[in-house]
Amino acid sequence: MAEPAAILAMTGITKEFPGVKALSDVDFRLFPGEVHALMGENGAGKSTLIKALTGVYDIDGGEILLEGEAVRFTGPLQAQQAGVSTVYQEINLCPNLSVAENIFIGREPRRLGAIQWKKIHRRATELLRRLRLDIDASALLGTYSIAVQQMVAIARAIDISAKVLIFDEPTSSLDAKECEQLFRVMRQLKDEGIAILFVTHFLDQVYEVTDRVTVLRNGRLVGERLTAELAQIDLVAMMIGKELEVLEQLDEQPKSSPAALQDASPVVAASELGRDGAVAPFNLAIHRGEVVGLAGLLGSGRTEVARLLFGADRADHGQIRVDGTTVAVRNPRTAMAHGIAFCSENRRTEGLVEDLTVRENIILALQAERGWSRPIPRRRQEELVDKYIKALRITPANPDMVVRNLSGGNQQKVLLARWLITEPRLLILDEPTRGIDVGAKAEIQRLVVSLADGGMAVLFISAELEEVLRLSHKIAVLRDRHLVTEMPNDGVDVEHVMRIIASGAAV
Amino acid sequence: MTASLSGHMSALTRRRLFWPVTILIVLLLANLLFTPDFFKIEIRGGHLYGSLIDIVRFGAPLIMVALGMTLVIATRGIDLSVGSIVAICGALACLWISGQDDQNSVAGVLTAVGLALGLALVLGLWNGFLVAGVGMQPIIATLILMVAGRGLAQLITDGQIITINSTPYKLIGGGYWLTVPFSILLALGAVALAVALTRRTALGMLIESVGGNAEASRLAGIGSRRIIVMVYVFCAFCAGIAGLMISSNVSSADGNNAGLWIELDAILAVVIGGTSLAGGRFSIGGTVVGALLIQALSTTIYTVGVPPETTLLFKALVVTVVCLIQSPAFRAKVFQRRRRPSARAAAREKTKVEVAP
Repeated sequence: MAEPAAILAMTGITKEFPGVKALSDVDFRLFPGEVHALMGENGAGKSTLIKALTGVYDIDGGEILLEGEAVRFTGPLQAQQAGVSTVYQEINLCPNLSVAENIFIGREPRRLGAIQWKKIHRRATELLRRLRLDIDASALLGTYSIAVQQMVAIARAIDISAKVLIFDEPTSSLDAKECEQLFRVMRQLKDEGIAILFVTHFLDQVYEVTDRVTVLRNGRLVGERLTAELAQIDLVAMMIGKELEVLEQLDEQPKSSPAALQDASPVVAASELGRDGAVAPFNLAIHRGEVVGLAGLLGSGRTEVARLLFGADRADHGQIRVDGTTVAVRNPRTAMAHGIAFCSENRRTEGLVEDLTVRENIILALQAERGWSRPIPRRRQEELVDKYIKALRITPANPDMVVRNLSGGNQQKVLLARWLITEPRLLILDEPTRGIDVGAKAEIQRLVVSLADGGMAVLFISAELEEVLRLSHKIAVLRDRHLVTEMPNDGVDVEHVMRIIASGAAV
Repeated sequence: MTASLSGHMSALTRRRLFWPVTILIVLLLANLLFTPDFFKIEIRGGHLYGSLIDIVRFGAPLIMVALGMTLVIATRGIDLSVGSIVAICGALACLWISGQDDQNSVAGVLTAVGLALGLALVLGLWNGFLVAGVGMQPIIATLILMVAGRGLAQLITDGQIITINSTPYKLIGGGYWLTVPFSILLALGAVALAVALTRRTALGMLIESVGGNAEASRLAGIGSRRIIVMVYVFCAFCAGIAGLMISSNVSSADGNNAGLWIELDAILAVVIGGTSLAGGRFSIGGTVVGALLIQALSTTIYTVGVPPETTLLFKALVVTVVCLIQSPAFRAKVFQRRRRPSARAAAREKTKVEVAP
């Protein structure tokens, strides 16, 4: 059977950055009416390929054909006008404007120079209805969840007449229900003949929604397959090559805490700790060498628990005990003084200082502990940074690289390294594997296991239940800002935890 | 060969200080056309003399103010009150000296200097408190002192211009030490101190971190409030010294006009020097070059003989050009405009060939 003509064909795309070949000779094609997954590890070249397509980067070689015509966009705006729109992971709309305004900003229908507000609202409402979104077009965008904001971004994109829609990791901050909603819209758009390029790290989602998969590795094309004909294990193998066994090994980790751990007094214990409007008072104890997993949906209070323990927000109730002694955790500084470290889920806004180098970002917390007047000697800095670049396999292994230019997974590792060099006793990891690829994910999971083996207490937060269950000795489940229950992880399965989340009570 | 040469050139032009330094040199060379002995430096009566020396000497107060401004801007702040602090400190020092029986008493002058700089520290603390303690936006917080400070300066001088006649005080802004103008030595010392303070300790990195991402810095355990207060205090201290230099040079204090608009020149010097107003990375060397560039421009305006009524326009024009040349986005645009059409034509050519069969 002859294939229909590709709406987008990229051939031989090559892009070099100083010192690194980000893409070499990559082919990619996209057909109308399909959802095409673009997959690969961090640094595989997914983002670069998208930026090469939308004109953010000038490519050094290759050809881009859109509907058979050679194109070289000068930027995302021009690409959008030609029908290639991108919906980003981080929403780039204005939360302080209304939904309708956001859809039409920059291209408002006008008559005699005056904006036709009525028309804007009517068209916005129609558009939202078409996507079966039950929201008020005149409400401020910021009052809606990230998921809805994303839908608005999609509405905007398809109204500008998108032929090709690029979804750049749209699902990494959505919960299961929101994902389902997004997929419904994707299928609908696909049926309307729009070609969708879908970047994601979630294997399940690939199988749920895509028709075709293209895999990149280290800036090269590994292959293009029909999703239906590709076994999951083969897909993972395409993405990470021979590192597959890592994931399998992890499954054999002991799951329940050794009994001895439970007897000793916990490293950090919260009693009736809470903050009005953030999370109801809860009790939680984390022992030496123990991984405690926090499970719950987005907005269930997972992050709020972490922020209270670290003093990022101030508690209204309760107290924190470190080694049995009540301590005042007023701010991150005092938490750090008690050996508590916290990797935020928002690594770019709350974690890294993107304009500083890898070295500076890694030593930042340690330097903050020492104070400005006692700089870490340059040689010591280099030793520490070198050690962690090697241990965490940060690539490129260049301590003087500006962190902004690293891929997501490597940025996450830099953030981890920052806290590891402070040698914390309790490490709080909030979504450390979000938005990063399978390989880096496995590395971070393995690291968590070995840190706990070395005696560190770890509080592990993840939206992915499987990951929480695989790593944790103990699981605490949150729902609607309440800590529902806490249980040892012996023979607990995903379904069991989901039932607790769904019912809001221990079962 | 040519490729490697252009490679070296592009590596050179990417350096942060390349463009400001180049423009400074061009400006100085332009002066040579009008004043043949512009570059001549001689020792006359035991003092260094020459146009270049004058540029640095008259530029010293601006260097001082811009130096403090650099650190403030690096924390993503701004300090509009420096001009007023210049006036206040000059006024207080001159008032104290004018009240002395013996205006030439070294002890009296030292007390005056100490009082003025002490007041500068207090004013800096006030700014720092408003920004870091109260959480006010820096531009508003320092606007308060910018406006109120002028009033304070006039209050100190009682609305008059205080004239003094003190040889020791004259040394600060108009004197010489070991043949070198004393203000140059002061500015050099301050620059050296600032470099040592920021680069030999971890202060520079912490400032850049706070300016680059305040929330991430807080969550990394950096006491950003303390750092922000420190930079505003340092900035006010530098402005205080500049105020002493300016009033000393003219042996008088004018609450109304001393240091008027110097905050704008200082911000400009910082920006020309490559420190972004968005905070983060800062360059003290760049700021010094930027301040010298602005002073050289003022000197050039006089030597070239630009009519006085057009000097401000002329200055604005040059500053605009400097900023444009420095902007990578602007250079890329101008550069591309020359290259793009051919690339596009080539692409079109290629499509035609493919469509033909």
